[in-house]
Amino acid sequence: MCTYDTVRASIDGSAKGPGGSWFHVTDATVYFDHPVHAMAGHTLNIDLAAPAVGPGARVAVELTAESARELVAAIQAALDAVPASLCLAR
Amino acid sequence: MSDALTTGLVGMSGHNGDEIEAYLARPDTSDNRGGVIIIHHLPGFDRASKEITRRFAELGYDAICPNLHWREAPGAAPDDAAATVRAAGGVPDARLVGDVGGAATYLRALRTSNGKVGVIGYCSGGRQSVLAACNLDLDAAVDCYGAFVTGTPPAGMPMRTNLVDQLPNLRAPLLGLFGKEDAHPSPEQVAELDEILTAHDKPHEFHSYEDTGHAFFAVDRPAYRVAAANDGWAKIADFYGRYLATAEV
Repeated sequence: MCTYDTVRASIDGSAKGPGGSWFHVTDATVYFDHPVHAMAGHTLNIDLAAPAVGPGARVAVELTAESARELVAAIQAALDAVPASLCLAR
Repeated sequence: MSDALTTGLVGMSGHNGDEIEAYLARPDTSDNRGGVIIIHHLPGFDRASKEITRRFAELGYDAICPNLHWREAPGAAPDDAAATVRAAGGVPDARLVGDVGGAATYLRALRTSNGKVGVIGYCSGGRQSVLAACNLDLDAAVDCYGAFVTGTPPAGMPMRTNLVDQLPNLRAPLLGLFGKEDAHPSPEQVAELDEILTAHDKPHEFHSYEDTGHAFFAVDRPAYRVAAANDGWAKIADFYGRYLATAEV
């Protein structure tokens, strides 16, 4: 099914996108739905995008649910390992 | 059947008179014939949707697939356009009805039209096919595994309700094709739809395939089930052959 549910987040960073160019990303959307490319019925999909630039300013990933959880844990572990002196916020 | 086709992108008037893009495929013959509107799935106005559109032309129909994502992302790659529309909250139901209505007007204005128009949709488009047939004068509708025609959408799902309160207004015969292993729509939800349409004396025929889940028509996805898809195509050809055929004189 198409889940329709979309979780959005405002982000500030850069991504390497179409044509191999880096660009500033401002928005992330996260949803569990049919992938375009991954060989699975449903995947956890993440779009890192710059809507102000246009629809093509987007880096997309499609991960199995298991690998998405691994990624979440890895991100959390990496953040947890950062010395407090390097994190100005949170 | 027609092996010689003319295909390409056209402009058409959609909801609120908006000019949107559509993919049109027509047999290279001059006979009067019905038309088919293909509602593309949520992943967008993609190659698979255009292949399906061409197949309906090969079956002898004037076929059109409106680009439901044109407004937000004109000219964008289908996957980028789909992502943009998703981030903006999806395609509103009223706009979908307006775009399908515009597509029906376009088809009926073709010199080859016999005045009859059917609609078909897959996945999210399955629900939208039923939605269109509840609100527009169409001659046949096909729902391929559309979720939330019946059943309760999860809380927080934007702009989506089931169609139970609209089903008494269904104006066209409905063909439903489903997988028994699908969870959305589940066999119970398909049975509920069958019961509601029967109670309202709405012509319909449903087929549910064993060992088949969601998206079984999608030839480029792991969900593809060749036996179900082949039989489904045969059921569609038969259904449209009955309801979209040119009347005998």
